[in-house]
Amino acid sequence: MSTPPPPFSGPPDGLPRLELTGITKRYPSVVANDGIHLKVAPGEIHAVLGENGAGKSTLMKIIYGAVQADAGQIQWNGREVVIANPSEARRLGIGMVFQHFSLFETLTVVENIALALDEPFDLKGLAARVSEVSQRYGLPLDPQRLVYSLSVGERQRVEIVRCLLQAPQLLILDEPTSVLTPQAVQKLFETLRRLSSEGVSILYISHKLHEIQSLCHSATVMRGGKVTGTATPSRETPASLARMMIGRELPVCAVPAFTGEATPVLSVRGLSHIPDDPFGTALKDIALEVRRGEILGIAGISGNGQAELLAALSGETTGPAGTVSLAGTPVGHLDAGRRRAQGLAFVPEERLGRGAVPPMSLADNATLSAHGQGLVKRGLLRPKAAWAFAKTCIERFDVRCGGPGAAARSLSGGNLQKFIVGREIMQQPIAMVVAQPTWGVDVGAAAFLRQTLIDLSRSGVAILVISEELEELFEICDRIAVLAEGRLSEAVPKQQTNAEKIGLQMSGLFADAHATDREPAHAAA
Amino acid sequence: MPLLEARPTPSPQMRLLAPLIAIGLTLAVGSLLFLSLGKSPVEAFGVFFIQPLSSGNGWSELMVKAGPLILIAQGLAVGFRARIYNIGAEGQLIMGALAGGGVAIAFDGVDAWWVLPLMVLAGALGGAVWGAIPALLRTRFNAQETLTTLMLAYVATFTLSYMVNGPWRDPEGMNFPQSILFGDPALFAPWFEGMRVNASLLIAAFASAAFWFFTSRSFLAYQLTVGGLAPAAARYAGFSADRTVWLSLVLSGLTAGLAGVGEVAGPVGQLNLNISPGYGFAAIIVAYLGRLNAIGIVLAGLLMALLYLGGEAAQVALQLPAAITGLFQGMLLFFLLGADVFVDYRLKPRPKPAYA
Repeated sequence: MSTPPPPFSGPPDGLPRLELTGITKRYPSVVANDGIHLKVAPGEIHAVLGENGAGKSTLMKIIYGAVQADAGQIQWNGREVVIANPSEARRLGIGMVFQHFSLFETLTVVENIALALDEPFDLKGLAARVSEVSQRYGLPLDPQRLVYSLSVGERQRVEIVRCLLQAPQLLILDEPTSVLTPQAVQKLFETLRRLSSEGVSILYISHKLHEIQSLCHSATVMRGGKVTGTATPSRETPASLARMMIGRELPVCAVPAFTGEATPVLSVRGLSHIPDDPFGTALKDIALEVRRGEILGIAGISGNGQAELLAALSGETTGPAGTVSLAGTPVGHLDAGRRRAQGLAFVPEERLGRGAVPPMSLADNATLSAHGQGLVKRGLLRPKAAWAFAKTCIERFDVRCGGPGAAARSLSGGNLQKFIVGREIMQQPIAMVVAQPTWGVDVGAAAFLRQTLIDLSRSGVAILVISEELEELFEICDRIAVLAEGRLSEAVPKQQTNAEKIGLQMSGLFADAHATDREPAHAAA
Repeated sequence: MPLLEARPTPSPQMRLLAPLIAIGLTLAVGSLLFLSLGKSPVEAFGVFFIQPLSSGNGWSELMVKAGPLILIAQGLAVGFRARIYNIGAEGQLIMGALAGGGVAIAFDGVDAWWVLPLMVLAGALGGAVWGAIPALLRTRFNAQETLTTLMLAYVATFTLSYMVNGPWRDPEGMNFPQSILFGDPALFAPWFEGMRVNASLLIAAFASAAFWFFTSRSFLAYQLTVGGLAPAAARYAGFSADRTVWLSLVLSGLTAGLAGVGEVAGPVGQLNLNISPGYGFAAIIVAYLGRLNAIGIVLAGLLMALLYLGGEAAQVALQLPAAITGLFQGMLLFFLLGADVFVDYRLKPRPKPAYA
């Protein structure tokens, strides 16, 4: 993973490709960018490092013309420019690959690319160019495939090829690896290094320190909308980069051993499910077992059946009774409320709108799932009990907010997550399912949440965590399984596996029995 | 380029003030309207808002009109909170009137205390059934209730027309499309001699109290509200979406049906084609003007009733067309929706060229 970055051989005294001076952008409630300076040389791979909410994405959107800065200058190849919109940015030679793709699933690769190009419509000629560019940069892609049949990694290739067709001088990538397997990440890095050697500058946005160390020549670190430092990543340590990024040391979790009896609590047998959504992922014969006192991790990239599995576990979709059991009782046919009454807690990935009702107060949001804890009596609400419940939750789980009367949407992601996790824990579940526990959460709150989950499991609760963050799973889980293309691999103790093996499984190559009915390798591969 | 941007924290005070702002704007534009028609706004508003309340009978008429509006709006508000948009309360009102009127016709000449209660019961049932049809269509076939309730309102109108032109036409009514006049046992007795206000007002008053308690205290209403604000959260909590649909539509159908009986067993006294001056539609405005809040709806219902009365007075005293009532109702709703937009959003400042 940690190939040292090639020495940077850009012109040290030449004109910078891009230079930002004093870029400032204010939103009604926050200053997203505050006097940002940034300089990128031709062929330089420049990391923009920072936590969620540090202002990285806003800055990139300003460079790409999608957002207008309130103040500051942009110099492009030594000339001052105003970038009014993305098409102007593309004309200057700036390409951007967004974190969330904007592709039409029902169209082919080449049709999607044609739609995004500012040029006459010529599908045939374009298909040839797509093939040519994708070959040259090691991005195998069949122009005639329909996008819905592509994996996430392949979709990203579509976006990259689309940018490359316009021969950009600067390529912006926003968290490009959050959806990729470790192997696909290495492939992507090869492509980026080749582009760099051809003189293309790259702005690489990420919060993953080891990636930046292995890929980038230089880094600009942002925190709270400001630049807090610049660095040469190869000369730094992850700890020193983290200090720049979060302003203090990276916290570490304590993982004690569980001493109780590890009886199975939550088990799934023969769970298959065809989703209503035509672009959803069918679950194929899922089996798993979570025992008292352990955390079972499910790795994998979103879109491989995670949403469907979570809904089947929580009871938001129901199925045959025997597919899901809780402490030996079949619950597969029960809805979410009834499963909760039997001791299953659930923390969904979407906090606002699913785990909590955005405009309602925390006290009212306590009633959402904890109404069985005396917050409702004979069909009537007990506002005082809900208030007290929320207050206890806020104190016990260190939720920073304006009190039980604060609206859920007024909380930061991390604090709302603490509230939701706390609310579920206070119902004293026997099993808990948690999706993306620290997604979009700042480092301090993430450490608190991870430690909370570990402590809860050691008190005898069976916990299942679904996460895209491999490091997180290796930190908190006892066993790890992989969900790929709707199939779940056997869970393995984490000491017996590693990121490489998990990464292979994420690509769907984990069992010979399954190899026969996998989709055939596509033409250009 | 969007001209509006979301306010970080919408002001709760402004949300409550929005109806007052809407009323103010309606009056202002109304003044311009009167001026352009060559009428003095002061005189016109005197006719519109003061004259109807200058007599005991005026107050009685206010109550007669406010009763059904409030009753229907209370039921609608429950569904609107859950984002179940029943816009066919007019049809449920008519079906309630038909069911209640049918009882009155069937037991015509029977002098018993139970005729009126039976009519009320039948009316509630008739409205509830008419609300249950869209609920079934929505939960079984996922047909949007916004469309089905409205279409069923037309079905109800034509059913009424058929009944009073056919089977239930008064044989001695000189071929007018109307039923027999109901006897006293089938009518709410007026409270005061020569005035039309009657005991059906108590139904609206009782319903308002009941809905206030229901919406502010019951877990069921909480579940409806969650379903409206965040459907995924309702599913996450295990609240049944189907139950929300059924409850919203049946309950609002029931109140509309009650209002229908109140009309035929009250001021109208028979079945004919004019049993409702659009109460079912106006109640939608009442529900929103009252912020879907039980107490707010009472106030909004009184205002809307006054608009009806004022419109009638304006026709007589100012020779203005009947459309004036609908015009004021429309302006009120328009300005209310507009004011609501600005509670949640604000105008975006024009983008200044930051760097040239």
